[in-house]
Amino acid sequence: MTELQMKLLHLIEDNSKISVKEIADMLDLDVEQVAQMIKELEEDGTIVKYTAVVNWENIATERVIAMIDVKVAPKRGQGFDALAERIYRFPEVQSVYLMSGSYDLSVVVEGKNLKQVAKFVSARLSPLEDVVSTTTHFILKKYKENGVILNDKNNDQRLVVSP
Amino acid sequence: MNIEEKLSPQVKLIPPSGIRKFFDLVVATEGVISLGVGEPDFITPWHIRESSIHSLEKGQTSYTSNAGLPELREYICQYIENDFSVKYSPSNEIMVTVGASEAIDIALRSLVSQGDEVLIVEPSYVSYAPCAVLAGATPVSVPTFQKDDFKLTAEVLESRITPKSKVIIMCFPNNPTGAIMEKEDLQKIADIIKKYDLLVISDEVYAELSYGVKHVSIASLEGMKDRTILIGGLSKAFAMTGWRIGYALAHPQIIAAMLKIHQYTILCAPIMGQIAALEAMKNGKLEMEKMVEQYDQRRKLIVKGFQEIGLSCHVPKGAFYAFPNIEATGYNDELFAEELLKQSKVAVVPGSVFGQGGKGFIRCSYATSYSKISEAIERIEKFARPLINNK
Repeated sequence: MTELQMKLLHLIEDNSKISVKEIADMLDLDVEQVAQMIKELEEDGTIVKYTAVVNWENIATERVIAMIDVKVAPKRGQGFDALAERIYRFPEVQSVYLMSGSYDLSVVVEGKNLKQVAKFVSARLSPLEDVVSTTTHFILKKYKENGVILNDKNNDQRLVVSP
Repeated sequence: MNIEEKLSPQVKLIPPSGIRKFFDLVVATEGVISLGVGEPDFITPWHIRESSIHSLEKGQTSYTSNAGLPELREYICQYIENDFSVKYSPSNEIMVTVGASEAIDIALRSLVSQGDEVLIVEPSYVSYAPCAVLAGATPVSVPTFQKDDFKLTAEVLESRITPKSKVIIMCFPNNPTGAIMEKEDLQKIADIIKKYDLLVISDEVYAELSYGVKHVSIASLEGMKDRTILIGGLSKAFAMTGWRIGYALAHPQIIAAMLKIHQYTILCAPIMGQIAALEAMKNGKLEMEKMVEQYDQRRKLIVKGFQEIGLSCHVPKGAFYAFPNIEATGYNDELFAEELLKQSKVAVVPGSVFGQGGKGFIRCSYATSYSKISEAIERIEKFARPLINNK
């Protein structure tokens, strides 16, 4: 990974709507060079997807997110990966992380309501062969996500012209 | 009662700020993108704000010593030594001031009086000449030019020196041009300063905002430390303009003279600001470097933008200003800025506000988000392109 690629990735990660021309000017490159770099990073799977950070709390929608701590008894020779795969293939699952500490997998699950998430845990997650126990935490309010403060009214308070 | 008669003639000598008139015009217009702001768009990093909040909780609300908190002075001296290779004693060669602005004022008042001439390298920040006048001295403009990348040349400087010349004030990286002076450029100036037995007030408040080159202080050149009043501050590099913390480094006798004025007029810089500055000095480097990287990217974006419009723009290597030449449009800088604001709603500052050499240029601050810069460039292009083509 070159320094230029890193800079480009930071720019795109911060704002996926940034134009190729803007990136080119900011990094002192040609538009064609930047387009080629992006194409390569997309093809090798470094850039996975272009998305937006949405503040769902702004609109009245039913939506419940839970973070579930999962303790696992891993199978010999398979480690945690096989179980993680079985979990992350459920469409309800938003994220899966392998954790250090008192539990093993952190699973983020989204549902329309409490009942739906509870059903997922009891009917899908807990019965999995290697799952030893689960602890479910429901998210009550989101303040900051992916480095973005969700309700940040970042008004520019500077004088419009100053020496 | 005739109030006008009561005002000091010295104050009446100072013209009102050229920016003020323009400011009122911008405020009255809606939907403006402003490239006229002379301060960072970043908010002071949270760890710095947090340390100041904590100090208030602990009840640190007293005066400090006149020269500033001893620990802060030590950190600043250490920083200047590490980054700019000049060694100053924290005990008697430094003082903490209310912004670099105060340091400039009291440095001038400590050094010059009636009959002295102050050489002011222009285009420059707007306070130097008025401060010289308030100190009783006569400001003499030393212009810089686009053909020299707005560097100060020894020839122009020497041509303005008279037997009354006492001090030079210069600011590199420069507001408004973004010019810098490299070591060999400074060496020629240092030779002139020594030849004519002058002093230099070197405003280096933008030192950390140098792109692709490391800032060199004129104080670090041989034989120059005793002739330099080195002025810096936390405002620009650490996005701390409102905290009002600057500093001056100089010969102990000059600092002692400046401290005399400071202790009777200011007493000390606010302790909250000094504590925040201490945190910035101790742990602020990482956040600062992130900001510098962003300025650098925006700098390239805005310069490219002007060049593509067909306005010649020297490549600024410091601060956060681009200074394109707008003469190709057939307008003078004041008319250009006014019409651009009215027709396209972009605020820029006419170059002539910054003194000689600024005529025909506009100052565009890129301390604003790159999406706003892109939008501003588009608007400027729509406004300026027909003017250039018609000429």
